[in-house]
Amino acid sequence: MRSDRGQRAPIALKIAAAGGLLFLHLPILLIFVYAFTTEEKSYQWPPPGLTLQWFGIAWNRPDVWAALGLSVQVACIATAIALVLGTLCAAAVSQTKFFGREAISLLVILPIALPGIITGIALRSAFSLFDIPFSVWTIVLGHATFCVVVVYNNAVARFRRTQGSLIEASMDLGADGFQTFRHVILPNIGTALLAGGMLAFALSFDEVIVTTFTGGQQSTLPIWMLEELIRPRQRPVTNVVAMVVVLVTFLPILAAYYLTRDGDQVAGAGK
Amino acid sequence: MTAIALTHEETATSILPGRGGFFGRLSDMFWRRPKLLLFLMLTPPLLWLGIIYIGSLLALLLQSFFSIDDFSGLVNYEFTLATYAQLLSPTNFDIIVRTVLMAALVTLASAVVAFPIAYYAARYARGKWKALFYLGVMLPLWSSYLVKIYAWKLILAKEGILTWFFAKLHLVWLLDGVLSLPVIGGNSLSVSYIGTFLVFVYVWLPYMILPTQAALERVQGNLIEASSDLGATPGQTFRTVLFPLALPGIVAGSIFTFSLTLGDYIIPQIIGSSRLFIGQAVYAQQGTAGNVPLAAAFSVVPIVIMAVYLWLAKKQGAFDAL
Repeated sequence: MRSDRGQRAPIALKIAAAGGLLFLHLPILLIFVYAFTTEEKSYQWPPPGLTLQWFGIAWNRPDVWAALGLSVQVACIATAIALVLGTLCAAAVSQTKFFGREAISLLVILPIALPGIITGIALRSAFSLFDIPFSVWTIVLGHATFCVVVVYNNAVARFRRTQGSLIEASMDLGADGFQTFRHVILPNIGTALLAGGMLAFALSFDEVIVTTFTGGQQSTLPIWMLEELIRPRQRPVTNVVAMVVVLVTFLPILAAYYLTRDGDQVAGAGK
Repeated sequence: MTAIALTHEETATSILPGRGGFFGRLSDMFWRRPKLLLFLMLTPPLLWLGIIYIGSLLALLLQSFFSIDDFSGLVNYEFTLATYAQLLSPTNFDIIVRTVLMAALVTLASAVVAFPIAYYAARYARGKWKALFYLGVMLPLWSSYLVKIYAWKLILAKEGILTWFFAKLHLVWLLDGVLSLPVIGGNSLSVSYIGTFLVFVYVWLPYMILPTQAALERVQGNLIEASSDLGATPGQTFRTVLFPLALPGIVAGSIFTFSLTLGDYIIPQIIGSSRLFIGQAVYAQQGTAGNVPLAAAFSVVPIVIMAVYLWLAKKQGAFDAL
């Protein structure tokens, strides 16, 4: 029993904490209101009227669908690559001790620790150096590089909790390395990988800075939004897309949270 | 335990024959040579990160030592420090100072806003509330970066909700007064430094809350009680007990807010005045201006600043709080 259990928080602290949380959430809620506004030309508040027509118009826009399709495609491939690389790296770092282990952790974290623009421009200048044309694959290349870290973080945390004796027991009972991996290691780290994969997907789906450097003519959904932000063409459609993006990204985050909440380290804490 | 169990078996079978089949033999080989397995496990990620990522970074660094020919506009592939010298020209140096100043202010403001949330979540929130606070920080952290910026474009627009709010409170004179201030003001909030600052604080705030909360979770409640038992006022307790113990967490959070602000080029482009930040300078130099060496030199600036910052943070013990 902790001694501070019965204590009440000072009222000023409560107000400050609630105010901070409101500051974090009100702007996102505002998007939901704007998706229904009848005003087309400006960001007028309060909305002069409410309508559902923009949902239909956004639904029938081929450019939105094309951008969404590309985003999903890139995020899927990048997540798959990140899952393989991140798990391998996490297994190596947590199961064995070797020279340069710290350096590898640093190497994995570096793409997300350095500002995105540096990753982006570095990749772009490398592409131009080797005359690699921009394509879906150049986008994937950039995304996978920084998605490795979220898978790695989740997997490392889980490996740390998985006892080595389980693996030894499996081996003692006659399983070979592959059987041990399939029947002992994988069920143990499965949910962590799922959570890491979902976070990697969300990260890739949302990424814009690196993509502006590694994408050519194709636009992912964030690039499409960025263009709308700089030169608004049809504000109501942007409002609707923004709202849908919020809803779509919330689901994997909630799912990742429920998958890892019993653990000592919860997914996403170190985005 | 397994050893005891084994002694009951025939000792002869304790050394099993090798496994048959390709996978069996492969598995045996990995068991006998763990180094080989380690090597195979590490090769793909190291190839990817080492060659693609580090290779690109080094290529970029290399370019910063080239210069651009003023007449032809082509890159001159000779080693020179002239490009770095250009960084010190008044316009470019202004960009660096402006960015670092903004990063420092954003960091400070996020620390102030984050602390009450982190402290309440760490010390008072229990059970359901704890989960609510956690998700309350996590959802904004992970929701789309552009959507967050877009939301602020809606809020800060001249016809937007903030102006309406000030009008309702009959405080338009206050808003106009703030906007007419030199440097930080502007035509409307969405084209002023205040707007840029607000959006930066908003977007990076969760990165400050999480490590601060992690550090505060480790502060035991009885320390606070002991402090007040010994006669300290709440203010004194905060200054002499709570704040020093939370500092590593705040420094860890500041690594994120500082680094993210230094490298961002989208927020000041969408919400802000036309004066450039480092990220925008990099983008403009490599894109429209076609001056890749200068862009490379510019992008070295945040790397160097962050390296120094990380070194200082390490001395503060910030990494234990991550």
